[in-house]
Amino acid sequence: MGRYLAIFLTFARACLVRDMTFRANFILESVTSLGWMSMNLAFYMLVFQFTPEIGKGTGWTREPFFAFVATGLIINSIVQAFFMPSAEELTEMVRTGGLDAVLVQPLDAQFLLSMHRVDYSSLANGAVGVGLLAWALARMGHAPPPVAWLLYPLLLLCGVAILYALVIVLAAATIHMGRNQSLYDFWFYMTNFSRYPAEIYAGPWGGPIRALFTFVLPILLVVNVPARVIARPLAGGAWWPVAGVVAAALAALVVSRVVFQRSLAKYRSASS
Amino acid sequence: MSGRLDGGGPLASMRAWWTMLAICLEERLVYRGDFALGTLMRFLPMVTQVFLWTAVFAATSRRDVAGYSRNDIVAYYLLAMLTRAFSSMPGLSTGIARSIRDGSVKKYLVQPVDYVSFLLAARIAHKLVYYAVAILPFGGVFIACRGFFPPPPDATTMSIFVLSLVLSFLLGFFMEATLGMIGFWVLEVSSLVFAYMLVQYLLSGHMFPIDMLAGIPTGLPGTSLADVVRWLPFEYTAYFPAAVWLGKIRGPDLVRALAIEAAWVVVMAIACRVAWKRGTRRYAAFGG
Repeated sequence: MGRYLAIFLTFARACLVRDMTFRANFILESVTSLGWMSMNLAFYMLVFQFTPEIGKGTGWTREPFFAFVATGLIINSIVQAFFMPSAEELTEMVRTGGLDAVLVQPLDAQFLLSMHRVDYSSLANGAVGVGLLAWALARMGHAPPPVAWLLYPLLLLCGVAILYALVIVLAAATIHMGRNQSLYDFWFYMTNFSRYPAEIYAGPWGGPIRALFTFVLPILLVVNVPARVIARPLAGGAWWPVAGVVAAALAALVVSRVVFQRSLAKYRSASS
Repeated sequence: MSGRLDGGGPLASMRAWWTMLAICLEERLVYRGDFALGTLMRFLPMVTQVFLWTAVFAATSRRDVAGYSRNDIVAYYLLAMLTRAFSSMPGLSTGIARSIRDGSVKKYLVQPVDYVSFLLAARIAHKLVYYAVAILPFGGVFIACRGFFPPPPDATTMSIFVLSLVLSFLLGFFMEATLGMIGFWVLEVSSLVFAYMLVQYLLSGHMFPIDMLAGIPTGLPGTSLADVVRWLPFEYTAYFPAAVWLGKIRGPDLVRALAIEAAWVVVMAIACRVAWKRGTRRYAAFGG
């Protein structure tokens, strides 16, 4: 474990050196992601011009909702910074046969393939997320209880783990298909469902969607559970989602690991 | 640079244009499966938007938001998406900038083919193939969602809707082409394209009907943000045709908006020509 940590830190350092070498590009990329994020924030602000809350009686009024958005920004920026860049490179590796060189290394292939690139510019959104969270919590009128502060980082990690598992499964699909240019598209369309409070998926169509993305593909838990814990006081019955997200994170990691290993076993080198 | 494609008179010119269209059609049809799947997936973000607005309407006592009922908003998103299928030009400006940077644009300088006409033909071919394949997913979604639509408008409104769609295609084309031509002056246009996309994303009506900006002051007395946006070209690439179909713009307002849209098409077409003319004059042909 210590060895892996040391190797990861070496990767992280190398990527930092690289990012700082092309500083203008780094700043441009940070500004790009901040730009998209601010457009979305502007849209949410507009929505709250017309309504006091999202969904009747759900409690997602303006400040809690922005705490929700902030939580989503933090989780997504971690995934985008640490795992997405490597997974995207995998597509090219499978196509060109570069994957062979990775497989012969005396290291775990999944570790090497999913963590060798760090994109620091993606952390810009996370930094804004932290600021937005502080703003929303300060204006909410009631401070989150100490237990919420203890649970929040753990639940953020669980959210990251679920999304990481999704990245790994999508990457495994790359190995099967030989190409997967729409990896990022598919990622975007799937995680799009996790961008809003789960309560909005109600009614005859919303119910099944909510069930699907809670129990089968648990992306609705990713942001919802930590955001609920920090932004809305926990009632007695609200503890099961906390247990649920921890269990889902563990299950997702195991399933993604199995899927990835099986896909690797099917890999036939493309190089000659 | 004349609008003609070669020196052989209008008939030969038409033939050359037709050949370009046919080549691009064949090229595009290779990826039809990808197209159909991609189109269907593009409806997914809309699903969350519909749920979001449904939740907003559930929580507010209003019957409408900026004149839109919940059903109107669903219909609006669908129609805006249809308009985007006409006005969006993926890869156009970056493609032009790249051909300037890597030097491949010079073949259009020595061949008797007008670059802008070629790009337009390629785009029309691209769009025709796109519609041929996308009509299935689009048709399916529209039929499934027909309950959200108000009764269809009268024939005049419908013809104005079609006209506004055609104009939105031309507007989108000339705006992005002009943006790409800036590559003659600055070699890397990606940050400009990004800035354009951001403004476009917010002000085209892609995310929400522009009428929702009517309550947002600009600091100028009696002028809301929606009043300002009305004079800019962006809303004509998503909002305007959708609003026409839904009957949100009528009478003199409709005529004025159509005139603004047509004027922007002319302005951008001229800008595109001027940029091409001046750009090619200072062009130094990088690359081999």
